[in-house]
This record gives sequence, C-alpha cells and structure tokens, in this order.
Amino acid sequence: MTRLLPKRLWSWAALLFGLAYFILPLIGMTEFSLKMRRGVYSFDAYVKVLEDPKFQETFSFSVFMALFTIVFGVLLVVPTAYWVRLKLPRLRPYIEFVTLLPLVIPAIVIVFGYIRLYNTSSWLPLTGTAAGTNLLLMFGYATLSLPYMYRAVDTGLRTIDIATLTEAAQSLGAGWGTILGRIILPNVLVAVLSGAFVTFAIVLGEFTMAALLNRPAFGPYMQLLGANRAYEPAALAVIAFGITWGCIAIIQLVARFAPKPATPVKDL
Amino acid sequence: MTTPTDLTGPLPPASRWRLPLHWLGILPFALFVTLFLFMPTMKIVVGAFQSPDGSFTLANIRGLNTPSILGAYWISIKISVASASLGCVIGFAVAAAVVRGGLPGWIRSPLLTFSGVASNFAGVPLAFAFLATLGPVGLITVFLRTELGIDLRLLGFNLLSFWGLTITYLFFQIPLMILIITPALDGLKREWKEAASVLGATSFQYWRMVAFPILFPSLLGTWALLFANSFGAVATAIALTGSSLSIAPILLFAQIRGDVLGDPHLGYALAFGMIFITSIANAIYIWLRARSERWLK
Repeated sequence: MTRLLPKRLWSWAALLFGLAYFILPLIGMTEFSLKMRRGVYSFDAYVKVLEDPKFQETFSFSVFMALFTIVFGVLLVVPTAYWVRLKLPRLRPYIEFVTLLPLVIPAIVIVFGYIRLYNTSSWLPLTGTAAGTNLLLMFGYATLSLPYMYRAVDTGLRTIDIATLTEAAQSLGAGWGTILGRIILPNVLVAVLSGAFVTFAIVLGEFTMAALLNRPAFGPYMQLLGANRAYEPAALAVIAFGITWGCIAIIQLVARFAPKPATPVKDL
Repeated sequence: MTTPTDLTGPLPPASRWRLPLHWLGILPFALFVTLFLFMPTMKIVVGAFQSPDGSFTLANIRGLNTPSILGAYWISIKISVASASLGCVIGFAVAAAVVRGGLPGWIRSPLLTFSGVASNFAGVPLAFAFLATLGPVGLITVFLRTELGIDLRLLGFNLLSFWGLTITYLFFQIPLMILIITPALDGLKREWKEAASVLGATSFQYWRMVAFPILFPSLLGTWALLFANSFGAVATAIALTGSSLSIAPILLFAQIRGDVLGDPHLGYALAFGMIFITSIANAIYIWLRARSERWLK
C-alpha cells in the first residue's frame, strides 16, 4: 500500500492539472461576461448580445445551414456507407481514407479552391448568386463534417446485420428506397443522430469558409464582435460553449439507447 | 441508391455484368468528393506550379522564399510542434492517470465526455475564453497582479504571441489526445504487466521497456494528427490576434481576401505549402497507425 500511494498521488496531480487547465478559461470567460456593469455582476452583456438583430440574423442563418447540411450529409453518407458495406467491402478502406481527408487538408485551402473553381467566370458559377454561394457553403460544411458523419454511420452499420436485413426486405418485395428509408435508416438512427449533432456544432461555430465566401454566418459575426466589443464576446463564448456542450450531451444521451455506443470521437 | 434493383436474366452473362453496375451505388458520393474535395485541392496544387499564362513553372514555389513568408511558415510550424508535443505529453499523463493510475473508475466517463466537448470547442469562442482569462484584463492576469504582485506583461507574456497561441491551442489538443490515447491504453493487456513483474521488472521498467514501445507508434501518430490540427487552425488565431501575428493560415486568409502578396499564383503556392506540410504529418500518422494496430487487437 505504501508503494501505491505515491503513484496515486501522481495520478491525482495529473488529473487536477488537466482539470484546472480546462476549468480556468471557462470560469474566466463566464466571470468576464458578467462584468459589463461596473462593480456588480449582471447579465447585461447577454441581454445586449441576444437583443442584437445581427445576432438573431446570423444565428438563424447558421442554424438553417446546419439543418440543410445535416439532411444533405445523411442523404449522401447513409446510402454510400450502406452500399459499400453490402456490395463493395473491398473499397471500404479507400472510402474511409477519402472521408478522413478533410482532417488533413485545411479548411482554408479547400475554400480557396472553391473560390477559384466556382467563381463567376467558371463553368459552374456558384459564387455568382447568394443562393449559389449558400449552396457552395453547404457543400463545404458537408465536406468538413464528412469524417465525423461517415465514421458515426459506418460504426452504426457495423452493429446490425445489413446483409440479412436487405435480403429479408427484398424477399418481401421492398425496393432500394424502402430498404434504405424504412429498414436501414431507423436501425442506424442513433448513429446518424450523433453524426448530426457533431455536424451541428461544427457548422454553428465555423468561421473560415463563411468568412471567405462572404456569407452572414454566426462565426464571422462572433469574430467581428470580438474585434469591436469587450464584454459581449465573452457572453457569446459562454453561449457557444453551452451549445457545444448541449450537442455532445444529446449524443451521449442518444448513444445510451443504442445497442452499442457509437460516439463519434475524433480518433481516426 | 441509384443502382437498378435486380438484374434481369438468371443467365451467366447477367452475373458478368453485375460488377460494373455495383459501382453506380457510390456514384453520388464519388461525384461529391470529386467536385468539392479533390478538384478544389487539385486546383490549388496545379495552380502552384502554373504561371499566369498557364504554363508549368517553379517560380511560384521559389516566390515563397521571402523572409516574411518563410517566417510565417516557421512560426506556424513552431506553434504546431509545441502544441502537439505538449498536448501529447499532458494528454497522455491525464489519460494514463485515469486508466492506469488507480483513480476511482467513475472519473473516466465524465472525463471522456468533457474531452469530447473541449476538443470541439475551438474557433472564435475559444479565443474569447482565453482573452477573458489570460488577456490584459483577464481573470488570471488580474489575480496574479493584484493578489500576488506578478505582472505577466513585465515577464514578457503576451497572449498574442507564440506562447499565447500554443497555450490556447492546448485547450483542444489535450482533450483530443485523451480521446485518442485512452483506447490505446485500454489495449495494453494486463498479462504484459503481470509477466513483467513476474520477471522482476519495476513499474518504471514496465513502462519504459514494455508499454512505451508498444504505444510509441500511436503516440507519434497522434502527434502528427495534433500537428495538422493546429497547423490548419485559422479562426482561433484570427479572433485572438487579429492579423498582428503573421502565421501561415492568417497570411493565406489575408491573401485570399485581398491579395496582400500582390500575386494570385503566390497564394496557390502558399496554400500548397500548407497541404504539403500537413500531408507529411498525416502520412506518418497513417503509416504508424497501421503498425500499431498489429499490437492492439
């Protein structure tokens, strides 16, 4: 026991250091966000932020973008991951490698490519109109969330026997649409949801792509506010942290109902 | 999804035609990644080696060889190396403490959840959190000055600097390390530890001669991932420093916005340099991961 004690002390020290590192900035931003009124703590900064019409505009823009990105991502990833597992298992490592590329290629480089490739004088002038740019931004977000979405769905598919389910559905006369929509999707819904919430968190805070494509998203708004105000940015940081925390909490909650937990951690 | 349901004709020729049709199922995905991942990247790579009239040239790459651009790359690499290395060491220490250090078991699950949140809490809000903590009037800065009489500014500390960015990036690097290395630590079999102690090894010898060599590929591999992670980070840096600190992604951001280098093709070369550096880091990661998986099954 005497030999165990120093080891355990050392473990506690490492853990406490880690905790202090994470908790101090959170305390710092929370405390700072409450200091807008001189001498007393108040929610003035939050009121200012929430009342700002720009906040409401950019926030709802980003929420809409996130929802569209999730729908598009699910429609893209679920059939692909299903098909690869069912019919093209030998391609799986290659597809997985491709889905991980957005972690390697910095987002700023990808969006630079978009601007050069889809500008007004190109064959597909997406950046010519606001709707086209929004579409391009959504594709960019879908690319950024691809590693998480694909991994989550693929892990979900691993826990069910898709070959048997597919054959059973086919012998009852189901077409591919029915199989995907009514058999596969409900079975991997938990995995899809966890991918969806990571996507939501990514899109809501994303800065680089939205700023360079000049869209009125929440990320550039936060940056602009940070450059011009003192207390409001801290309030925004608290709100953003709350949203991230909420997304991850929902994933954990949802994963509890899964046959096997499929948390989309950032490992490769 | 778009593939025809069943192929008519039970004859052998039909099965011969099956294979090509299977490929149609991943056509939407292939089209998407081609249009929005491969082609944009290739555009940058090709553009880096093209002169304005479209012919092949190395002039753009040579154009990177100016003190300001090399300086921007260099400070980016320094920040990425420092934040990846410290992230690995601290993250490993915390994960090892929780998995192997005899701490109560209930700590593990909240720690992993928290790591999931913190590793996703990057970008602009993270910069705000650190400004409110270590900025000129931040919580810790003020506490140290008024309570302990330590003026960080006089000590030469500035959040808008190499160390400031490194400390800020560590906020998402450490949790990412914890998330990745915890499964690897779980993979260390109890038998190895027992075998080592039966042979008379001390705890230190076990770590140095058994556990560490097995974990080494995943450690180095995760390091490469953390490196790429901070090398490409734009939002935190811009929100933290504005444009006062010239690192590679900020320089590229300014170049895309307003052609500050005065040469569009130099922008391609700058972006190509960034892909090149993160690709090297990740090639190491992929190679080492394949090696480490042999042991951790």
